[in-house]
Amino acid sequence: MTWRRLAAGGLAMLVLLAALAMGAAIGETRIPLDVVGKTLANRLWGAGYGLDPIDEGVVWHYRVARALVAAACGAALAVCGAVLQSMLRNALADPYLLGISAGASSGAVSVAILGLGGGFLSLSLGALIGALVAFGLVALLALKAGRGAAAIILAGIAGSQLFSALTSFIVTKSANAEQARGIMFWLLGNLSGVRWPDVGLALPVALIGCLVCIAHARALDAFAFGANAAAALGIAVRRMQVIMFGATALMTAIMVSIVGSIGFVGLVIPHAARALVGVRHHALLPVSALLGAVFMIAADILSRTIIPGQVLPIGVMTALFGAPAFAVILMQRPVTR
Amino acid sequence: MLAARNLTWRAGGRTILSGISLMAAESEFLAIVGPNGSGKSSLLTLLAGLRPPRAGQVLLRGVDLQDIRRRDVARVIALVEQQAETGERLTARQAVKLGRTPHLGPLRPWSRQDDRIVDAALASVGMTGFASRPWPSLSGGERQRLHIARALAQAPRILILDEPTNHLDVEHQLGLLELVRARDLTVIAALHDLNHAAMFADRIAVLDRGRLVATGRPAEILTPRLLAEIFHVDARVEPGPDGRCFIRLLGVSRPAPEECPAR
Repeated sequence: MTWRRLAAGGLAMLVLLAALAMGAAIGETRIPLDVVGKTLANRLWGAGYGLDPIDEGVVWHYRVARALVAAACGAALAVCGAVLQSMLRNALADPYLLGISAGASSGAVSVAILGLGGGFLSLSLGALIGALVAFGLVALLALKAGRGAAAIILAGIAGSQLFSALTSFIVTKSANAEQARGIMFWLLGNLSGVRWPDVGLALPVALIGCLVCIAHARALDAFAFGANAAAALGIAVRRMQVIMFGATALMTAIMVSIVGSIGFVGLVIPHAARALVGVRHHALLPVSALLGAVFMIAADILSRTIIPGQVLPIGVMTALFGAPAFAVILMQRPVTR
Repeated sequence: MLAARNLTWRAGGRTILSGISLMAAESEFLAIVGPNGSGKSSLLTLLAGLRPPRAGQVLLRGVDLQDIRRRDVARVIALVEQQAETGERLTARQAVKLGRTPHLGPLRPWSRQDDRIVDAALASVGMTGFASRPWPSLSGGERQRLHIARALAQAPRILILDEPTNHLDVEHQLGLLELVRARDLTVIAALHDLNHAAMFADRIAVLDRGRLVATGRPAEILTPRLLAEIFHVDARVEPGPDGRCFIRLLGVSRPAPEECPAR
């Protein structure tokens, strides 16, 4: 059993590393894999290979950072989706259910268009604050509405609608066409501006967040028959709700503030992972993280290469290629009553 | 073993239970009966410690349930709810394995012992052959038996059952009640079928509109008069061995519908 787990973990790391290497090699200009490897060797332990400084710069400063952030976002969103689907017992739950992406967009437009913060707030920070404010409101509303799964989902819908309306209001009232277009691109998800400092934020948040969720895998399993059944199995349901909703909200808010609200990953990757390894969270969460990371890197590569000379928003790619793949998974599920 | 003192529960502005005092002794089978809406499920939820009562307390061996860690409660008390469904595609065995949750932790991983307990629980409800079947493919009765197996895998001292015989055919109804009575367990079960209560319970508690109206041995409690007053049915009660009885239902008592306006 332990050996099998070690082998699975090793295989997962290999797949992830291969995806990262592809992310660094493929782009507008194709850079051979050996150059990617040598760049990493130069940067990580000063191997001193002679390389074209432009190639080396592109690989290190742009592509590696970008691929790492994509992986972190994909893993975090997929794990958040899996956790929320289990806690709320709803197959349609995704990381944005609790008002986070709507709040983030309101925060972002408040900074970018209304000039909130007087230039001291970045777009990212504005988005993060907006996301957390929205989540706070949704949490408060859910608390008042009775804490049940239905109450939480409805509170999330109310919060999301409110903040979406607020965003539309600000955009239509104050933005010029150029700003409105810029905001729309940001909302669809964008990895173009990603640099190393973003890696420094995204990677630890994704790692710690995913580990916190995986540490609660057994308690998440116990929610299969609902919160009451979980309580009867000895789970402190309130505490669990605070930790899980808090952790997923924080992870999602930080990812959205770095790359915008990339859809589809958090909804669909957990279902794909369930089809592969079943419903037990010890396996489901790590596999969701791996699939999410690889899927996001692949979507990023496609978004950069599918139309020569143009970068598409990654959110468009995740849905455009993810939806058909998901349809295939759905159709292959065994039919049961 | 488990005692309720002056329990009160309100929901949606209505008083569901008021002033319930009740106790179940070690290894006793206590049946809770009462018409629809009399508060049986709410009472079981409070007895299992899933919610804090509005007033009063539930004592487990003399300690208030609200002062005991959830996990420690779950090692002693197992609950089978009336409707517990899942959309997850877990297998029958995985559902039963959940019963081991309160006994596992970071320093106490899954062991062969747990596997043996789960196998025994599956066997005791006759579901061994169904172990790898996915949940959505199982019938209502099969699911109900698995819920019981899950509760048994929890290795509790007290088993709280809410309408455990729902969805079961006659053979499995009796089989299940015999199974839980044969165990050295304290059983508290809400039962709809009064004959089940009469056959299996050591004592019966009767709830009506949130109040406890009677407790005692089956033959003392299930009298034609009580059946007419509380359940609005005419019945003949035949005495059985050791304080038990058999109930022959004759029909709905006639004046009752006017007395009891639709709720």
